[in-house]
Amino acid sequence: MTALAAGTRHPVTITLNGQPRTGHAHPRTLLSDFLRHELGAHSTRVGCEHGVCGACTVRIDGVAQRACLTLAVQVDGRRVDTVEGLAREGRMTALQDAFHRHHALQCGFCTAGILMSLADWLVRVPKPTEAELRDMLSGHLCRCTGYAAIVRAVMDVTGQTTESVHV
Amino acid sequence: MTAIPTQHGYVGRPVPRVEDAALLTGSARYADDLPVKPGTLHAAILRSPHAHAELLGIDTAAARTVPGVAAVITGEEAKRFSSPFLVGVKAPMEHWCLAVDRVRYVGEPVAVVLADSRYVAEDALDRIGARYRPLPPVMTFDQAFDAASEPLHPALGSNLVNRRDFTYGDVDGAFAAANWRVSVEVEFPRNSCTPMECFVVLADFDAAEGGYEVLSNFSGPFAVHPVMARALKVPGSKLRLKSPPHSGGSFGNKQAVFPYIVLMGVCARATGRPVKWVEDRLEHLMAATSATARRMALEAAVAADGRVLALRMEQTEDCGAYLRAPEPASLYRNHGNLTGAYDIPTLSVVNRIVLTNKTPTGLNRGFGGGQLYYGLERLMHRVAVELGLDPLDVIRRNLVPAAAMPHATASGGSLDSGDFHACLEEAVERGDLEGLKAKRDAARAEGRLYGIGYAAVVEPSVSNMGYITTVLTAEERRKAGPKNGAQASATVAVDPTGGVSVSVESVPQGQGHRTVLAQVAADVFGLPMEQITVVTDFDTAKDAWSIAAGNYSSRFAGAVAGTAHLAATRLRDRMARLAAPQLNVAAEELVFAGGKVFAAGNPDNALSFSRVAAAGHWSPGTLPDGQEAALRETVFWTPEPLKAPTDADHINSSACYGFIIDFCGVEVDRDTGRVRIDRYVTMHDAGRILNPLLAEGQIQGGFAHAVGAALYEEYAYGDDGRFLSGTFADYLVPTACEVPVPVILHRESPSPVTPLGAKGVGEGNCMSTPVCLANAVADALGVETVTLPLTPHRVAALIHGEEPPRPAGSTAPARPAAATGKPGGRGLTGEGSRAVPATPEQVWAILLDPKELAALLPGCEALDLVGPNAYRAEVVVGVGPVRGRYVAEVALSDLDPPNSLTLSGSGSSALGTGRGSGHVTLERHGDGTLVTYRYTAEVGGKVAAVGGRMLDSAARLIIGQFFDKLIARAGGPEAVPERPSLLARLLRLLGIRP
Repeated sequence: MTALAAGTRHPVTITLNGQPRTGHAHPRTLLSDFLRHELGAHSTRVGCEHGVCGACTVRIDGVAQRACLTLAVQVDGRRVDTVEGLAREGRMTALQDAFHRHHALQCGFCTAGILMSLADWLVRVPKPTEAELRDMLSGHLCRCTGYAAIVRAVMDVTGQTTESVHV
Repeated sequence: MTAIPTQHGYVGRPVPRVEDAALLTGSARYADDLPVKPGTLHAAILRSPHAHAELLGIDTAAARTVPGVAAVITGEEAKRFSSPFLVGVKAPMEHWCLAVDRVRYVGEPVAVVLADSRYVAEDALDRIGARYRPLPPVMTFDQAFDAASEPLHPALGSNLVNRRDFTYGDVDGAFAAANWRVSVEVEFPRNSCTPMECFVVLADFDAAEGGYEVLSNFSGPFAVHPVMARALKVPGSKLRLKSPPHSGGSFGNKQAVFPYIVLMGVCARATGRPVKWVEDRLEHLMAATSATARRMALEAAVAADGRVLALRMEQTEDCGAYLRAPEPASLYRNHGNLTGAYDIPTLSVVNRIVLTNKTPTGLNRGFGGGQLYYGLERLMHRVAVELGLDPLDVIRRNLVPAAAMPHATASGGSLDSGDFHACLEEAVERGDLEGLKAKRDAARAEGRLYGIGYAAVVEPSVSNMGYITTVLTAEERRKAGPKNGAQASATVAVDPTGGVSVSVESVPQGQGHRTVLAQVAADVFGLPMEQITVVTDFDTAKDAWSIAAGNYSSRFAGAVAGTAHLAATRLRDRMARLAAPQLNVAAEELVFAGGKVFAAGNPDNALSFSRVAAAGHWSPGTLPDGQEAALRETVFWTPEPLKAPTDADHINSSACYGFIIDFCGVEVDRDTGRVRIDRYVTMHDAGRILNPLLAEGQIQGGFAHAVGAALYEEYAYGDDGRFLSGTFADYLVPTACEVPVPVILHRESPSPVTPLGAKGVGEGNCMSTPVCLANAVADALGVETVTLPLTPHRVAALIHGEEPPRPAGSTAPARPAAATGKPGGRGLTGEGSRAVPATPEQVWAILLDPKELAALLPGCEALDLVGPNAYRAEVVVGVGPVRGRYVAEVALSDLDPPNSLTLSGSGSSALGTGRGSGHVTLERHGDGTLVTYRYTAEVGGKVAAVGGRMLDSAARLIIGQFFDKLIARAGGPEAVPERPSLLARLLRLLGIRP
């Protein structure tokens, strides 16, 4: 492993949402800070900086990971996708649209992280049960929605209905 | 003129939000996303590791030398550039934005480092030397009442800040005549709704103008704006406060950013540069704000049929270390509805406010309601149990009847509308209470622990700004001048192209105010919603506002949306008067619909909306005589029923009151004590619902907060004041696995008080749900008393009794003895033993040699003898995510060579404090020695807050390392001594080598 001088800023080049981007970072700079304040990719939100809340989740080479527990220099040369890259030419993905229709977000601070986790997970688990989905979502904290609408949106977009809504 | 019937419009329909696109695609801008001015300094705050201590001095010299550090600000600058915050009751209590001579809670700001980056600023925090003299902390209600406790504010002389007694009606007579008396005593814990976005402040000072400009995610109430301006020693007009376009949630909590607005203002003024501060999660959990803890004693005078004839209520509110504005609002917010949804004619109240060495309290969703109803609805549950009645029948017999609306409560509230009984019966029917009872009976028949709970509450909304003055006596109020009302404001404007813009002072925190306001305005003007632009970022220098502005007390739907409706209607009416002459009809006959303005009887006789809107901009000279252009309307509106408290202390504390009846079924796991919510039904009457999709979102969200408060969340403190829940791994908020989907039902009784008939809807479940769940758990277990949060540990204790302490005398291996430690504390105790291959004399010699000891202590970088058997050590210790350099005083005592000794020490670092002692005995064991140890330790500050879960294992690890080294030193061939003399001695003693 390359040793990087602690007091120096090092060039870090990533493919951010398909575009090559270069910035500079000290070895200790968090990926979340690098994305937000060096590259101006603000959509990655920071909610706890200790890996519990999930707001900062991005995809690194396709895999959902916490940007607050990753150093910027670790992703040099790798692909990083954030929520800014989900919509194509102004059209939201079906998942984003389902979040909108079901009112699955309120303040929106946790939303980007949840969408990035789902973007990764639904590729591998395209038809989750509600229990599986709730288990996966438990890696994200949302204080506004009570999660019900998020569950509904995901079950809807995966062509299923929720079981737990009962009157 | 005809208004568009709204059932054909947007209002009342589940319109998805206009806010969502920016949030879902990542383009939304929160406070931390906005650009900063060149040269902006980044702030990091040094916080007190002590709950209570004199601040003896702060040495900032080393921190100032860190490259990139521009300044270190302490209480000296706070005193120079600010004054203490105003306090809501007359009390000699000084609360500065930085501690000046004393710290009163763990996390209290002590100094601020301003540097080129946050990383550098945090580095420099470790170089500040703050010296403290610890004082005994006041952590409980009993300690706060104890005259022997250390007063937090010596000038106050006591930790009881305020007491007020209220009597409404002949309470004693009612008690004397009553068949039954039922009483409960309860405590509601500290917790907080913890928005996902923490506080952000960007502050700048314009020396030429003598004014501050601050952008922050402050959520109001703007009654606090004068408090901030006064603390900064400027008139209100010189504190320009702005809000960003988006905010990551508040639930009231972002009210508490205001001391930091002042603090960063001081920093900007002292440095002459713009300053930015972003709170981190540890800071937020430890020191931002909290709901009040409340102790309540209630006694009901009850008739044989369960009717409550009188209520005696004693409330004691723990407001933390300072009474911070707008406290003691938590205690008085519900004063007009202390009797809840019930027709209880007489009431006596004793309200006390105490201070403790904990974070100051403030706004939190449900604000005072969760506390009040926890007492009141536990009482109603006990009335049913003790009289052998069905809890629902007790509720039925006491609810305010529909015919009594508007109902004057004993303490002066005016319940404005609603049919509570109809709500209850509909909830029972549609929520299938019978089915739930059958399920309970079946579960119980199988021996399972299953219970049903109920709660009925009124949900106050649109607070009377005068309620807080109920804490003052009538005489004090007369001196201070009357306070009342709830001024809301809204501005509606048309632009030269016919676009409509709406701006309000509600400072939304994610609820969807822009969507609702677009619905309201679109209906008034007969336009598509897309033609309405709603601006909610806010600027005190340019927007219309008054002290009631902001996001709290569920004021949006009732007050702000209603005021926007009034402003839009007034503007539309003026446009109609301009259009009428051109269409040759009376203004009253004009209809606004489909983007046109036309005569009701002749739709072809029309003008386009944009043409009418443009006239005032492009051709004011052509307007009819006597008519002003219709360009912009600002309306201020205050609810008519909101008066100041009367001399008899009657206060209508809110403009409107929704109704909620909840019931639920829970099952308790007999082995683990885990509470599972099987079914939850919540029926709301929140007046007219403006957007059902958003209303449901508010209820779901409030319910989730309430589940957290009931089952998981508590700001935990050790009894020495240490804060113990500084991460989301310690402060447990519910995830998708813990929050069930409640059955949500509605009835709509429009409020006669608000312009659109709407009432608040977002706070109610934070009032009703914690106690509903507690009643269900009490029912399941058949116990009289339950304590929030209902964690498995607590509930299991109710089933099985307290966990017995570990058998004493066990010698190994070291393990935590939580059951014998202080309750709730991060006190560590442990014991164990290890065999060392050397004689007791040899081990003794090693332990008493400073150089040897230094080599054995893990992380020890220096150990100097400072006196007989006293050392000064520098030790680097890492626990979980944090690592700190402690300077420690270590002493050896009780020396009984070579048999036993006591090692004790205390130390501090930027990460907090630690102290402890260990007793070591050396016992000859074959050729070697059995070293047995027993230790107790207490760790405070950041390490305790974030690393608490790991302390026990860290202690074991460190002790293990110590013995590994000792064993290696004593017997291992790799033990290379540092001093030949010692080597010779050891070799001789051990006889290993010549």
